[in-house]
Amino acid sequence: MADKPIFEYAPAPQSRSVVDIRSSYGLFIGGEFVEGASAASFKTISPATEEVLAEVTEANAEDVDRAVAAARRAYTRVWSRMPGAERAKYLYRIARIIAERAREFAVLESLDNGKPIKESRDADIPLVAQWFFYYAGWADKLAYAGLGTNPKAHGVAGQIIPWNFPLMMLAWKIAPALAAGNTVVLKPAETTPLTALLFAEVCQQADLPPGVVNIVTGAGATGQAIVEHPDVDKVAFTGSTDVGKAIARSVAGTRKKVTLELGGKAANIVFDDAPVDQAVDGIVNGIFFNQGHVCCAGSRLLVQESVYDELLDRLKRRMTTLRVGDPLDKNTDIGAINSAEQLARIRELSAIGDAEGAERWSPPCELPANGFWFAPTIFTGVTQAHRIAREEIFGPVLSVLTFRTPAEAVEKANNTPYGLSAGVWTEKGSRILSIANQLRAGVVWANTFNKFDPASPFGGYKESGYGREGGKPGLAAYLTEESN
Amino acid sequence: MARLDVRKTYKLYIGGAFPRSESGRTYEALDAKGRFLANAAQASRKDARDAVGAARKAFGGWSTRTPYNRGQILYRTAEMLEGRRDQFISEVKASEGLTAAQAARAVDAAIDRWVWYAGWSDKLTQVVGNANPVSTPHFNLSTPEPTGVVAVVAPQDSSLLGLVSVIAPAIVSGNTVVVVSSYERPLPAITLSEVLATSDLPGGVVNVLTGDATEIAPWLASHRDVNAIDLAGVTDETLAAELEEASADNLKRVVRPSETDWSTEPGITRMTAFLETKTVWHPIGV
Repeated sequence: MADKPIFEYAPAPQSRSVVDIRSSYGLFIGGEFVEGASAASFKTISPATEEVLAEVTEANAEDVDRAVAAARRAYTRVWSRMPGAERAKYLYRIARIIAERAREFAVLESLDNGKPIKESRDADIPLVAQWFFYYAGWADKLAYAGLGTNPKAHGVAGQIIPWNFPLMMLAWKIAPALAAGNTVVLKPAETTPLTALLFAEVCQQADLPPGVVNIVTGAGATGQAIVEHPDVDKVAFTGSTDVGKAIARSVAGTRKKVTLELGGKAANIVFDDAPVDQAVDGIVNGIFFNQGHVCCAGSRLLVQESVYDELLDRLKRRMTTLRVGDPLDKNTDIGAINSAEQLARIRELSAIGDAEGAERWSPPCELPANGFWFAPTIFTGVTQAHRIAREEIFGPVLSVLTFRTPAEAVEKANNTPYGLSAGVWTEKGSRILSIANQLRAGVVWANTFNKFDPASPFGGYKESGYGREGGKPGLAAYLTEESN
Repeated sequence: MARLDVRKTYKLYIGGAFPRSESGRTYEALDAKGRFLANAAQASRKDARDAVGAARKAFGGWSTRTPYNRGQILYRTAEMLEGRRDQFISEVKASEGLTAAQAARAVDAAIDRWVWYAGWSDKLTQVVGNANPVSTPHFNLSTPEPTGVVAVVAPQDSSLLGLVSVIAPAIVSGNTVVVVSSYERPLPAITLSEVLATSDLPGGVVNVLTGDATEIAPWLASHRDVNAIDLAGVTDETLAAELEEASADNLKRVVRPSETDWSTEPGITRMTAFLETKTVWHPIGV
């Protein structure tokens, strides 16, 4: 174990003054903020302090109906008739406005979600701007998307996104949908609606035609109303596998198109010839990035037995340097758990890890008194039968398993109903390619982890869902080959 | 005295062998005018399970064959189809009630389609794969991979052309298939099985069940080891919805029933429906 660092970090708080949060928000329908049909509302809080940030409208089926009608009108009268080149210019505008207001978005995201400002500032928001910029350029090139010379949009897309990357998931959904010519009704997660509502202002600043983007806030019932609405042509969902299955059932027998980005339990495989320091950093990034609230998180570490002791030592030493605390401090590595509910689930599964005989370890770290916190944690002595090796924990909890041969590593890595992502660490190129070929996962990071780019398809095999986001496949998810 | 013809016992095709249905059941296959043609095996739930098991077992070997090799085997299948052209014409003619000329056109189209798909084996990756220009110093490549075991309910009307139009696109990329043939017109499917068995296609890559899709398909839709389902031949909307719903349990990729004109060039959507996209990242310059 390393000693305490000799030099303490001075506080480096990011100012909140750049953000102006309203006390309450309506729904964004037809280009303006409107009141909900009922008086129902809920509060969104800062998970780091439990401070109430704003009151948000709980949309009911009537509100969803209004939003879908607005989207349909905008689709029929404006958006589907507009030349792609003009749609492109709107998307370019949005990309630029987000870049201009990047700091504001980053601070608001960290406040509402609990993620460290250095991640929202350096990863989330830049990717959001880039996502719109990338898909803007597709809007007038749809004939090259691989679906024939005149592919068609689906119409109205209903989109439901999770709380782990609130604005980034919005961009992943809205940018390709709009580029392809669809209009959208989007529901952000109930614990993280604020950046989506700020995005509504961006749509206004960009003079986006009313109804092209509609944002309705609410919880599961609101999402269900979107999925089941008869005038929604396409459903796009990112979230848990259970909800994904419910959506797949609910659209059975309809003409709705669906893409689903669901859970994962990624194996991060470290071979004995891996560059150790890089691997350790990759493991840390793989599981502790965004508090482990990442569907593609490298939550199962598979280490070749011969390097197990050395790797675990170095990993633990590295983990002692992680700083847990105030998301708005620029030196923070690990922020707050997004909600009390999620914290309870992480605690419950970790307790099951203890009960099933795995050995828990966390670096010494002081957690703030208020808010929702969980220390970075690893479990050793984990076998494939352990629930912590099978179920998605969605928190900063790593399960460590071992293997002897490459074949065993592949077998263990693939031994899950999920198939979203995987990591491979080895200096041997032929081994990287051979292992990558054998892994049943949609994304394989070799000697790196958790990299995202709008030009790069992302999505899962098996029960991690269907469809891809990013790149040409991400565009194709919102288009259909012209027929008859 | 006139010579009595030697008739054939029609069986299932599972794992490269021709078993009878374990249920011991058969049903009458009739021609378009309602006259008896043969007793076809009526596949059961157990037969469907055996077929899925055989398809899973064959997946590893078939999906890792080189695309060139898969293309050669598919082309070999077309050669064998051509060799049985007359038999197919007479079976399609009887089953679908076509004239000899119409049946010949349908069979020729089926053979040509199989050749068309054979040529896709080593081109699909280039057409739907991508080198992705990411903004960080990374090598980033997306390649298509087969999704696994695909269950197919074959078109009910087009007994051969429709059948090859749903089998070939699934297997050319490395998937393995369990197909439920047209209930009323099973004979071309059984003869196709005999072609496949003699075409160097490994046993289990295609498994053919003759029988009632309304009985068998629910077991395939709910089977946890089936990765995708093609509902081409499901004409009943209620059943289609039920099968889609059952498919949600393990998030099968679903191709929904649609009005399809099997005589037109199919495009690549039936192939891409059974592909996953795998994206591999690696740092550059480290």
